[in-house]
This record gives sequence, structure tokens and C-alpha cells, in this order.
Amino acid sequence: MDLVRRALDSDIYWSFKRSPVVVTAAIVTILVFAGAIFAPWIAPQNPFDLRQLNLMDASLPPVWSAEGTSQYPLGTDTQGRDVLSTILFGSRISLLVGFLSVIFAMFLGVSLGLIAGYMGGTVDAVIMRIADVQLSFPAILIALLIDGVARVVIPRELHHEIAIYVLILAIGFSGWVQYARTVRGSCLVEKSKEYVQAARVIGRHPIAIMAQHVLPNVMGPVLVIATIHLALAIITEATLSFLGVGVPPTEPSLGTLIRIGNNYLFSGEWWITVFPGLALVIMVLAVNLLGDWLRDALNPKLR
Amino acid sequence: MNAQTPARAAPLVVAKDLARFFDVSKPLLNRLIERTGRQVLRAVDGVDFEIARGETLSLVGESGCGKSTVARLVVGLYRPSRGTMSFDGQDMAGVTAQADIARIRKRFQMIFQDPYASLNPRWRVGRIIAEPIVVHGLMSDPAEIKARVGELLRQVGLSPADSEKYPHEFSGGQRQRISIARALSSNPEFLVCDEPTSALDVSVQAQILNLMKELQRQLGLTYLFISHNLAVVYYISDRVGVMYLGRLVELGDKKSIFTRPQHPYTRMLLDAIPDLEMSGRPRTPVAGEVPNPIDPPPGCAFNPRCPYANERCTRERPEPKPSPTGAMVACHAVEEGRLPELVRDYAPPAV
Repeated sequence: MDLVRRALDSDIYWSFKRSPVVVTAAIVTILVFAGAIFAPWIAPQNPFDLRQLNLMDASLPPVWSAEGTSQYPLGTDTQGRDVLSTILFGSRISLLVGFLSVIFAMFLGVSLGLIAGYMGGTVDAVIMRIADVQLSFPAILIALLIDGVARVVIPRELHHEIAIYVLILAIGFSGWVQYARTVRGSCLVEKSKEYVQAARVIGRHPIAIMAQHVLPNVMGPVLVIATIHLALAIITEATLSFLGVGVPPTEPSLGTLIRIGNNYLFSGEWWITVFPGLALVIMVLAVNLLGDWLRDALNPKLR
Repeated sequence: MNAQTPARAAPLVVAKDLARFFDVSKPLLNRLIERTGRQVLRAVDGVDFEIARGETLSLVGESGCGKSTVARLVVGLYRPSRGTMSFDGQDMAGVTAQADIARIRKRFQMIFQDPYASLNPRWRVGRIIAEPIVVHGLMSDPAEIKARVGELLRQVGLSPADSEKYPHEFSGGQRQRISIARALSSNPEFLVCDEPTSALDVSVQAQILNLMKELQRQLGLTYLFISHNLAVVYYISDRVGVMYLGRLVELGDKKSIFTRPQHPYTRMLLDAIPDLEMSGRPRTPVAGEVPNPIDPPPGCAFNPRCPYANERCTRERPEPKPSPTGAMVACHAVEEGRLPELVRDYAPPAV
């Protein structure tokens, strides 16, 4: 209870309440997340269960057009799958990949940034030069590269099974640099503070100092980056899936849905691609708005 | 206090020719292009002192004279570039086994200058104070640790209930008390205090100093006290060392330093203290600036500011020699008897 009262009393909650855009973004984010998490229970149809599909219902337009039925509010695709259900299940995959790759990138970036900042010297130089080199490539190229290598190295059947994890690693690897640079900068500031020196006088191991003393004090900016990176990771996943190197079509993400629908765009079945695209835009926009607000709210200079 | 100090025979801390240089050179590429060599900052350049058990040695000097570097050398935050530090007869450089380092580490602690930076803002006070206990494995039972933390908080004048709070809920003076409680939690014998009162209000300074004196009496602590405030130094010390540009220019009993200062720099420092009785009297202002320690003047580092400097002072570095007052003084003029005798009537100003 005390925690709730303190949270409601804080500056951050105040700046949250003040902006209707942020409140809307938060509500949309919660709705999208809830829709994705509870998809199996709230979706009208399980699009992956072939028994529930009826080819007779294929390519139906949305409910408000003349041929639409209320059974399929956003229409169906060429295999008779309900577009609304595929979006709900697709955003599940998109969010899963987004979250896990952000966590992976955060873990990698924060660890390397802490080590670079705390150790200094050659270790710092090596890690940060690698980061600089990686920063000169577009993130999508890095992800494509890792995904491509994985396809060559891993046998075909196995790859199909672990494709989603390869994707998570690829997107995560392409994003760690931001975290590392931010954490290194904050770490350099914290390292010179006397509480870190006090821990050194006590004789604590450098790893313990990094994890218990420095880390909690550099996590603020990291959470902001993570929020913005989540939107970016979802986009990257959609892009890779759209290019056909992402998740397999048997478990379509939003990007896969857009790619599949794209084939029917010119035959007039626009709803198959537009609605997943719209869902992606809304999801990313809401998360991005939240991230931007969080960055401003946590920045003491902008208060 | 002085009379009770045990004989100088078994000092707890001995620093011999302690020195620490910092490489402040530009990056290699810049050095090659601009054809400049390496640049070395001699923060501490050959300092000798001993601290007996239960005694307080203060180091004073202007900003940048190397006081804080000495403190960090003594607790092992820096490795000495030259010279040795020994604690209770054991050379610190020779101790390499992890277990031995830990055993010595828990016998000394440090109190820092800035009470706003020396406590981790994300930790509760109880955890901060218990850290040395846990790290050194002194206790393992959480209830026992909690009781000890409460006892320490009471000892420094806070309440055991404060262990649940965060550092930002306390004032500067209270935070410094928490720092002291943390420093005391591993039952150390030796405390290094790096300007522990300089960031505090004057009224709070006195409280902290009284607390430190009281704890010293109760627990038999030995202090190395770093300060630029001569009033504070007069109040807390048994012996005083005056530092200038990385060297000790004078080291002696508090009384002899304050009433019969030998070195011209010590005299200059003492003359700069404002006090009520001397108001109106013309005084020698502290002339000039501390020279750049990257490029110190040859001979005695003080010679550009010294009214008694002669040709020898610009050529030859003076070594510390015992003076008639019993203090160790590094000055050619004192050694040659060129200085006028000075006996000051030092009335300590209010701390």
C-alpha cells in the first residue's frame, strides 16, 4: 500500500497524468499487450487450427462492406483465416520476439558497458571500438547477416524449429551498442563517486561493485532506451519477416502477415495486408510515445 | 592526549618515501604529432610519516598539495609508484594472498569528504552499514547483523529505526554519521578521514568532530585526518604534517607546529587564519599560487613564494631534518638558522 501511495505521489505519475497523449498511449499499449497475451481466449478463431478453417469463407471482406459477415469482423484471408484472429496471434509473436530481443540486447549491452566503464584502459578501448564498428552498419544488415549465417550453419529441419530464437539473437545483437554506450558513460560518472571507493576500501570484488553498486545507479537511462528499443525491435522483426527471413509462415508474426497479404493487394483484397499493418503502426506508435515520455519524465533537466 | 600516547616504538602505520605519480600525457598520436614527451604529475613525491596507536595525525595543505592522494595511498585505493606503506609491521606491497589482504582490510576503514556521494543512493542505510560486516564475514545471522547495525547507529547518535531509510532522507551531518557507522562496523583500528567535515555546516562540523573524538577515546582508534581547516586540525590532532606540492615540509607535535612554526610555509598558512585578536594588525598575505605539479620549480618547491629563498633553495631539494622544536622540517633556511625566531600565541578559534 505504501508503495502504491508513493508511486501515485511521485513526479513521474504527475507528468503522466498531465498529458492526454501519454495516457492514451498507455491505454492502447495495455490493450494491445492484453490482446496479444490473451489471444487464445479472446480471438474468435484459432487460425492455426486447420479444423476451424473453412475454405468457403476465404477472401471475405470486412464486416461493413456488402459481402462481409459479422463472423469475421476484419474479413478473412485466402485460406479462410479470420484476419482479426491472425492479428491477435501475430502480435503475440511480434511482442515475444520484441521483448526477448530487447532483454538479450540489454543484458549484453549493460554487461559490456559496465565492464568497459569500470575497467577502463585497453578493455574499454576494445569494447568501444567494436561498438563503433558495429554502429557504422545498419542494424537491419547485422540482423540479416546473423540470420543468414544461422541458416547456413544450422540444418534445415532444426532451423525451422529454432528460427524464432535465431531471430531474437539476431535482433538483440544488432541493438546492444546503444545500451553499452549509455551504461559506459553513466558508469564513468558513478565510478568516481565516493560510495564506489568506499566499497573498494572494504575490499569488495570488482564484479560485486559493478553489479550491486554501479548497476542500480545506471539503470534509469537503460529502461528508457529499452522502451524505445522495444518499438524498434518489433519493427525490425516485422521487416525481417516481410523480407521472408524472419519467423516461418506456420507461426506468422505481424510482418509475415503483411508480406502474405501484400501478394493479394493488387487483386483487390486489401484488408489482408492493411489491418496487420495498421495493428503494427498502432502498437509501435503507442510504445514509442511511452518511451519518449519516459525519457523526458526521467530527465531532470527537462522538468 | 599527548601524554597518554604510547612510545613511538611501535607505530601502527608507517609510510616510507611514499610517492604516487599520475601519467597525464596526451594520447600517443598527439604526442607524436606535437612532438611532446610524456607528462607525469607528481601528486605525492616522497612522504615519510609514522602514526602511533591511538594517535591522530593530521595532514594539512592547500588544494592540490596531495593530501587526499596520501589518504588514498594509505588505504590502498592507489598503488604507490615508489616507497612503502606498512600497517602493524606488515608491508602492504608484500601482502598478496587474498585472505591476508582481507584480514588487513578489515582493520582499517575510510571516511570520505562528500556525505552526498559516499553513500549508495539506492541502498537502505542498514544495508550500507552492514556491508563491511557481510563482506568480511564477521557475522552471518541476519538478526545478529541487524542488532549490530542498530548498536552502531546508536553509537553515532542515530536511531536503530533509521536503518530502514534511504540516504536521501538524511541531512549532510546525519549522512556523515552513517559513513562513520559504516566505517566502524568491521571494528577497525585505523580510520583514514579525508576532509570529513569540510562539506558540513560549521555547527554540524563540531558535532562530528566531537563524535570522532569520543569514538577514539572509547574504541582506541587511530586516525589519519586530512583537512585544510586549521581550526579543525588544531582541535582533533596530536601531531600535524604540513604538505606542500606533494611533500611534507614540516611534521611535528600540534603544539610546536601551532606555536613555534619553523617552515616559512607553515608560518604563512598560520598567518592566514583570521581571528579576532589579531584584527587590524597587518599580516603577510599568502602570496602567489601553488605551482603546477606537472612542472614543479627546481630545488625547494616553495622557493618562488618564499621570502627567505636564496640561491641554494632554487638548486637543492631540502631533506626533512629535526629542528630544535622536535619537528621534522624540510627547509634550508631553518637548517642554516637564517630564519627569525617566531613564537606565536595560538588561541584556537572556535571550530
